[in-house]
Amino acid sequence: MAKRAAPEVNAGSMADIAFLLLIFFLVTTTIPKDSGIPRKLPPIDDTEQDVIIKEKNVFTVLINNKDQLLVEDQVMELKDVRPAAIAFLDNGGDGSCSYCKGKRDPKSSDNPDKAIISLKNERETSYAAYISVQNELVAAYNTLRNIRAKEIGPKRGFAEMDFVEMETNLKDPKFNGNKEKLKDLVDQIRTEYPEKLSEVQ
Amino acid sequence: MSKFKSKKDNALPAMNTASLPDIVFMLLFFFMVVTVMREDTLLIENILPVANQVEKLDKKYPISYIYMGQPAKGYEKFGEAARIQLNDKFAEISEVQSFINAERLALREEMIPYLTVSLKVDKDANMGVVMDVKQELRKANALKINYTTGTGDVSQNMD
Repeated sequence: MAKRAAPEVNAGSMADIAFLLLIFFLVTTTIPKDSGIPRKLPPIDDTEQDVIIKEKNVFTVLINNKDQLLVEDQVMELKDVRPAAIAFLDNGGDGSCSYCKGKRDPKSSDNPDKAIISLKNERETSYAAYISVQNELVAAYNTLRNIRAKEIGPKRGFAEMDFVEMETNLKDPKFNGNKEKLKDLVDQIRTEYPEKLSEVQ
Repeated sequence: MSKFKSKKDNALPAMNTASLPDIVFMLLFFFMVVTVMREDTLLIENILPVANQVEKLDKKYPISYIYMGQPAKGYEKFGEAARIQLNDKFAEISEVQSFINAERLALREEMIPYLTVSLKVDKDANMGVVMDVKQELRKANALKINYTTGTGDVSQNMD
């Protein structure tokens, strides 16, 4: 008896089926873009005591309902906010801040620890303007921290890394380096330039 | 009718498409892996503003989303002003707290303090609604928030 081979299954339509699925997934795919500016809201505190803060230690930013900026009682363009904030934070007026490179203007902030940025907006302010200003202020802090990281980083064995990279490395489980030391360094820079951004409600 | 077919066929030989399914499957698997199904159907306009000082949202920790923006096409009856969307429907400001509490209930207890609220706000929305939501979040003690944005230069926000 002649041996009969089993008939082959026609696989010609497999490509069609695969294409169908492919197109379905292509259409439903949304590449997630979940990144943003992290913030911590202040807890509601009933026992509010008045802390006396010197006027010169506060950097006021006001965004009005037409998205115009008033920084320290002067009208300002968005692009000028970052340098102004950097100059304010890095001023070091009382001389206690050894790492500050500012002008040491006695009329501006005492040291980065005391310097507070106060952001005020109105209800009619657009969200885009608010985020832009937030972004610039965070950028001011990050710039100063990056400079500081470049200064003290090499001595601690973390050359070629700015502060933002340090932070990402700290979170990255694949980072192969001394995480303990890196954490100390990041914490030190964070205390040297603490992010004191208050929002007026 | 010739008995012997001439060996020389003038037509081009058909291309071998046997590996086509393999290629398509490869693409298919890629898209299957990267696909994240939309969690919520948006009832509002939601074009996020851009910023460049962003941090990636850690997926390790639980995230709740609050959407805000003008009602989208087809939902004009809900007005022109920016509205809040929680899950799949419009919500009032007073519902934010119960939403957060419901989100917390779904979490394992040790994860509750790490709950991050991602605010996905349309760039044309005004700050009033955002401020109200922030105040509600403070009341609910959900203090970790993230202004979710795209990445890009801030000058793009103004046009």
